[in-house]
Amino acid sequence: MYLYPKWIRTWHVINALMFLILIVTGISMQYTGKENAAYVVGFSKAVKWHNFAAVVLVFNYIIFVTGNLLTKNGSYYRIPRKNFKSDLITQFKFYASGMFKGEKHPFPVTEERKFNPLQKLTYVLALYLALPLLIISGIGLLLPEITITTFFGISGLILTDILHITMGFFLSVFMVIHVYTCTLGHKPTSLFRGIITGYHVSEDE
Amino acid sequence: MKFHKFRICILLILINNINSSAAITFFKAEKDKLQDTASFVSPFEAANERCFKCHGQEKYEYTNETLGRQIKDIMCSERIIHRKVFYSSNHKSFSCTDCHSEEYIKFPHSGTLRMEQKYNCIDCHGGDAKFAQYHFEEIDSEYQKSTHFKMENDGFSCWKCHNPHTYKISVRNATNLKETIAYDNAICLNCHSDFSRFQLLSDRAEIDIIKEHEWLPNQAIHFANVRCIECHTKINNNIPVSHQIRPKAEAVRLCNECHSKNSILMASLYKFESKEQRRDGFLNGIILNSSYVIGANRNEYLNLVSLIIFAGVLIVIAVHITFRIKNKSKNNKEK
Repeated sequence: MYLYPKWIRTWHVINALMFLILIVTGISMQYTGKENAAYVVGFSKAVKWHNFAAVVLVFNYIIFVTGNLLTKNGSYYRIPRKNFKSDLITQFKFYASGMFKGEKHPFPVTEERKFNPLQKLTYVLALYLALPLLIISGIGLLLPEITITTFFGISGLILTDILHITMGFFLSVFMVIHVYTCTLGHKPTSLFRGIITGYHVSEDE
Repeated sequence: MKFHKFRICILLILINNINSSAAITFFKAEKDKLQDTASFVSPFEAANERCFKCHGQEKYEYTNETLGRQIKDIMCSERIIHRKVFYSSNHKSFSCTDCHSEEYIKFPHSGTLRMEQKYNCIDCHGGDAKFAQYHFEEIDSEYQKSTHFKMENDGFSCWKCHNPHTYKISVRNATNLKETIAYDNAICLNCHSDFSRFQLLSDRAEIDIIKEHEWLPNQAIHFANVRCIECHTKINNNIPVSHQIRPKAEAVRLCNECHSKNSILMASLYKFESKEQRRDGFLNGIILNSSYVIGANRNEYLNLVSLIIFAGVLIVIAVHITFRIKNKSKNNKEK
């Protein structure tokens, strides 16, 4: 089943690479020590690469949102009003026990339903909540002169930074879980193969 | 281009603060905040007024007895001491003649008086138990190691940075750190951005501060948030403010000297913040004076929470993998 068009795969690979750069350089900046001049990447190098990857990521994000508005892909991210909560529980139960009992996937992948309910929720939270907040706070840190100086007596920059690193952290956790859940396909490697080739292999194929 | 203009704008604001007339504007804004300026009355007010009558403003008047008439003239800007600025300075309780010759009472002043030996900080503050906590002797020895001291033959002295008529301690009693930073940086820019003053002490060509600091990211923000001395002096914890100005080649250039957990700013700019304010923690210190240094402001609680969450995720994944492996081997056996 051809599920991932070229533009989605290109967006995905750029997003993944930029995210890796941003995580490594972000950690380097936050934890650079004076004694060990370079924690992972030296501070000035980390700032340059972080800024570069962030700009690429923002443009990539604009392409993603535009693509979702213009193509069918956007519909995969719409959360249904009906039964969504119970669907989430069903999916969670499948991951927690059902899959070990040999149960069938409760929401198998089809051309109409690319994501299961848990996937849908986390993708929406990651891509439409955490990532925009990460980008906005990142712009605030990249251009500190436009950031409010104080907010109820607390430095606007530190609040922006706390928001930025918190969102960065949640998205990093998301990335770890995302990579792990991608091993839960028909075979541990089949979902990875799918995002590279564009073709999804389901349990029945 | 826009940022460059912004940077220049910031620098000009700083530079303007030290131009004689603009300095008054700066001090006027400051005066309202000075706790004791309004109530302070100098015991020497009447005696000092004999000097301020001419030296307290731009215009002075005297009777020319030879011509038999009243003369109005412009006071040389270098010789003007504004009353309010003086009476809010560290030396506000002094009489003019405590430091200057009694002979100045006579007018016209004798030309030889201008050749009088001026006091230096250490002449009064050195060897005095009252000032022992400030370690003026060590300040003096640090100054003697500084790159400025090498110019002493050209006329460098304490007064080049600390005008005895206007100087007031800043960082130690700062209520607004940004104003303090601007005040302290204006001391450096007084010569380093005013070539006419700079060349009184050095034969070097004019230095373009903005161009020299081109390498510094977010230059304007750095200039407004740290003092020049943060990078250009060697820290000495025994004295309140480092006085050993280092040569250009030895200035701090590594970002993580400041942007790190053990930031040098904790031993310089934020030295006088209480330990409680400087601690690592939820609203750690510097937050309170609206400053923020990436890499130095860390939130230990958030660090801990994030580590716990991350470890939790890894444990859940590890457990899940274990069950998958067990399940797979069970299925294989069944087959």
